[in-house]
Amino acid sequence: MLILHCPCCGVDADETDLHAGGQAHLTREGPGSSDDDFEDYLFLRENPKGVHFERWRHVYGCGKWFLAARCTNTLEVFGTYPAQTTEPPQHIKDIISQKRPGWSWGNFS
Amino acid sequence: MPMKRYSAFAIAREAMRNHTGWDRAWARAEPKARYDAIIVGAGGHGLATAYYLGKNFGITNVAVLEKGWLGGGNTGRNTTIIRSNYLQDPSAAIYEKSRSLYETMSQDLNYNVMFSPRGVIMLAQTHHEVRGYKRTAHANALQGVTTEWIEPARVKELCPIMNIDGPRYPVLGGLWQARGGTARHDAVAWGYARACSAMGMDIIQQCEVTAVRQENGKVVGVDTSKGPIDCDKLGMVVAGHSGVLAQMAGFRLPIESVALQALVSEPIKPCMDIVVMANTVHGYLSQSDKGEMVIGGGTDGYNNYTQRGSFHHIEETVRALVETFPMISRLKMLRQWGGIVDVTGDRSPILSKTPVEGIFVNCGWGTGGFKATPGSGWAMAELMAKGHSPLTDEFSMFRFREGKFIDESVAAGVAH
Repeated sequence: MLILHCPCCGVDADETDLHAGGQAHLTREGPGSSDDDFEDYLFLRENPKGVHFERWRHVYGCGKWFLAARCTNTLEVFGTYPAQTTEPPQHIKDIISQKRPGWSWGNFS
Repeated sequence: MPMKRYSAFAIAREAMRNHTGWDRAWARAEPKARYDAIIVGAGGHGLATAYYLGKNFGITNVAVLEKGWLGGGNTGRNTTIIRSNYLQDPSAAIYEKSRSLYETMSQDLNYNVMFSPRGVIMLAQTHHEVRGYKRTAHANALQGVTTEWIEPARVKELCPIMNIDGPRYPVLGGLWQARGGTARHDAVAWGYARACSAMGMDIIQQCEVTAVRQENGKVVGVDTSKGPIDCDKLGMVVAGHSGVLAQMAGFRLPIESVALQALVSEPIKPCMDIVVMANTVHGYLSQSDKGEMVIGGGTDGYNNYTQRGSFHHIEETVRALVETFPMISRLKMLRQWGGIVDVTGDRSPILSKTPVEGIFVNCGWGTGGFKATPGSGWAMAELMAKGHSPLTDEFSMFRFREGKFIDESVAAGVAH
């Protein structure tokens, strides 16, 4: 069972208390964007075998959204952090760098 | 490599000499320096692609590369269901092509794939599904796919173990495809592998692709764990790992990889001779020739490459099925497994050229790829040999930016 720490209410939540919300750190394109950018935003998703950043909602808990850094290959959780950010916090990146040297994901590394 | 044909006579002959004369089903091969075409992925779809490249287009200087063992991915992990009762025309065309190829596959390949057209019911357990399946039955009639809407009494007659009066999800009828059914999934891969090998193709296992080499926007070869191999054309047929391979080639696919689970019960006496799909409760059920009840479940909601899946999904699947199939509440479950399925935004596959010349991709079959194995290979081979195929035209990877979806995700033709 996947267990994620909800940074909003502090509970270590079981997978059954959570709802997966897909890829994190999407750039939400608007009117005036190019076709390429719109395709990226609407349809293309990071699908790495390894380090991944995702949105989760503590749906049967506090109800709040948060973000998680996770390995899709081992199910190891590197950490969770509040959703009000456009890139992973440095301490999360440091943990990942320690465990997965040379990692990269989208524009982050 | 010349191969002895399998036949009743061969069995009798070997019985007389203590089974000492059986050859390997297909030849062990080491990579050559160059091939006309390389197929990455020796699952059902990859092997079928290679087979039809040879059979339909005479291209036999082909290697099929497999990082693990042949048929060890989703080919060996599905619930073996074959049907073609889809709503949209492009889907019905390729799935019906596929189903019709299953009809004669054992004869074509000289390999018993145990195709069993026992019939498939898609249960309608909500009024929404009743309307949806009646619509699909009409669409199928126009597409030349033989299906029919049947009433609850007929459902009960076809599947007596079913409780059609459940309090929460009563059975309101079903979409019945009499020539749907099951086949032995491993045998499909093995049969294609044997036929490819007989045409002189190399099937190279434990050979992982580590890089895709290009020159001037055109593919020239791949680097593998067994050294570099050159090729003119490259077919990527790797299901859940399509994103990983596409990244090596420098493009992105509108695909996310998730775990899909299935499980089987202890073997019991024959009690059900059809396949039942219950999409409202997200479960599907059939009985294998060994007597196990084969149960398919739902996908996890998050990206995953672990081939396991979450336990609570099994609980949900089985719990939901118990109302409609009360007898399974007394069954012990024997085995559970997961496969990594490649899911697109519209739940339809991708058979397409790519931004790199000479690279073709066949992926996105998501939760329903086994049934498509021969049709997918047939169409992919035509695409690779001729540059286009009437069966693949609508399944381009560029359809998303053009808004030309083949929307099966809400058409109830797909179980998930």
